[in-house]
Amino acid sequence: MPNPTSTVQEGASGYARFLAQMSTGKRIGFYLKSKPASVAVYLIVIYIIVQTALTGAEAMGYTWRWYRIPEYLFQLTDEGFQWGEIPIGLVKTLQLSIQAFALAVLLGLCIALLRLSGLLISTSVAVAYLEFVRNMPLLVLLYLFYYVLGPIFKFDRYTASLLCLAVFHSALVSEIFRAGINAVNIGQWEAAKSIGMSSAQAYRYIILPQSIKFMLPPMMGEAVHLIKSSAIVSVIAVAELTTIGRNIISDTYLSFEIWFTIAAVYMVVTLLLSVFVTFLEKKYAVAT
Amino acid sequence: MEEAPAVIEIQNLDKFFGKFQALNDVSLKVRSGERVVICGPSGSGKSTLIRCINRLEEHSAGRLVVDGIELDDETKNVRAVRMEVGMVFQQFNLFPHLTVLENLTVGPMRVRKISRKEAEARARKFLERVHIPEQAEKYPAQLSGGQQQRVAIARSLCMEPRIMLFDEPTSALDPEMINEVLDVMVELAESGMTMICVTHEMGFARKVADMMVFMEEGRIIESAPPGEFFSSPRSDRCRMFLDQILEH
Repeated sequence: MPNPTSTVQEGASGYARFLAQMSTGKRIGFYLKSKPASVAVYLIVIYIIVQTALTGAEAMGYTWRWYRIPEYLFQLTDEGFQWGEIPIGLVKTLQLSIQAFALAVLLGLCIALLRLSGLLISTSVAVAYLEFVRNMPLLVLLYLFYYVLGPIFKFDRYTASLLCLAVFHSALVSEIFRAGINAVNIGQWEAAKSIGMSSAQAYRYIILPQSIKFMLPPMMGEAVHLIKSSAIVSVIAVAELTTIGRNIISDTYLSFEIWFTIAAVYMVVTLLLSVFVTFLEKKYAVAT
Repeated sequence: MEEAPAVIEIQNLDKFFGKFQALNDVSLKVRSGERVVICGPSGSGKSTLIRCINRLEEHSAGRLVVDGIELDDETKNVRAVRMEVGMVFQQFNLFPHLTVLENLTVGPMRVRKISRKEAEARARKFLERVHIPEQAEKYPAQLSGGQQQRVAIARSLCMEPRIMLFDEPTSALDPEMINEVLDVMVELAESGMTMICVTHEMGFARKVADMMVFMEEGRIIESAPPGEFFSSPRSDRCRMFLDQILEH
């Protein structure tokens, strides 16, 4: 419906249009959602955080020694380029996380299939496992693996951490599988069965390929979650990123610099993973 | 038609969903090469009956023998029957993540264990038969409803079944696409395939059916050859039903 103000706005410059919209009384939230406003708010928040840290450190008389940090990232010695302790810790963290995630996915799939099998025994086994794992703090589970199961089955601290992380995350992964499988239309089952497929064949060729797009986003969220929770194994001194951080600090008392650096390393890794997930999601969205 | 052997024998079949009785003492014999059309109001058990034939539903009581194999809890028997019985669904149920060609080859390759080359040759032959050879590389979502249903028919045929079941194959289609699917079904009937169709397409029924079955409340109320069935139905309920759907 044409009205006089709209014709005025069409001819006006951006600023005039902005003023015109202001005068029409749009809510403040509308302006906050614009891109420049978001960037501005973001910068202000970052500034406040950094400023608080700096003034806080100053108040307690902390001397910043950022120049000490690069040697823990890499070193250029007479023998040439060498990785520092932090990247070595990161590799260990990634190794632990990847192995634990692979195991968690395998275990999770088994638990999900048990739960969906429709047989009373396997369903109750799966539910019991889920409830046991989900209602246990991760730290307690780790102690259980390291101090109880470790001596019984003779595994070292790395294996204990690996199994603990895998078991803890398999519970959440199995729920992701279950939701993904249930999200596939029942008609797909019937079609697969009607051409004579066994349940295993139907899962493999028809159901699971279709559940992937439902499962991918939460699954990657779970991977990020696992990388973060892997830090807990530093309590049993597995030489991963967080443990390395603690060790450096006990040698150097660089607690502020090191913890900021370690936090940044975790963030870079998980952010990269998130970017990768977005890419995968787009790819799968096109394929189906 | 007299002396052909029975390929489907249904004896006193009952089916319960909880307390609801979907099938009530249903008996039916279908001979090789026979075309049976089942009609009846919704909720009368037509779909349940044909879904029992390839055990997408388990019957609660009675006996069901398909192609000489008794359907019971034996998984081996169930799969053997499903390999001989093709099914076409109201909602097509094509595999959306596979191309048309892959939809047609996945069954023969994985279940019948034939080579990819052989499976693809067979798939193209049946796509030709349902008149859409040019769509082989597309995904189901890129096809019209009528084309999707014809792909679904071809997918079943690729398993080289002896019996084909149709569960309201045209009910989810736009009107202008119904005929392209019915044409394919008529051609299939003329080729001598044993068919059981749940449908309300009475023109199709008159053209191909050897036997009409009318169901209501889980029972077979009437079964007769189409001439007799349409001209002089014995039961009032069947006559009322026919009057309603043939009105226009």
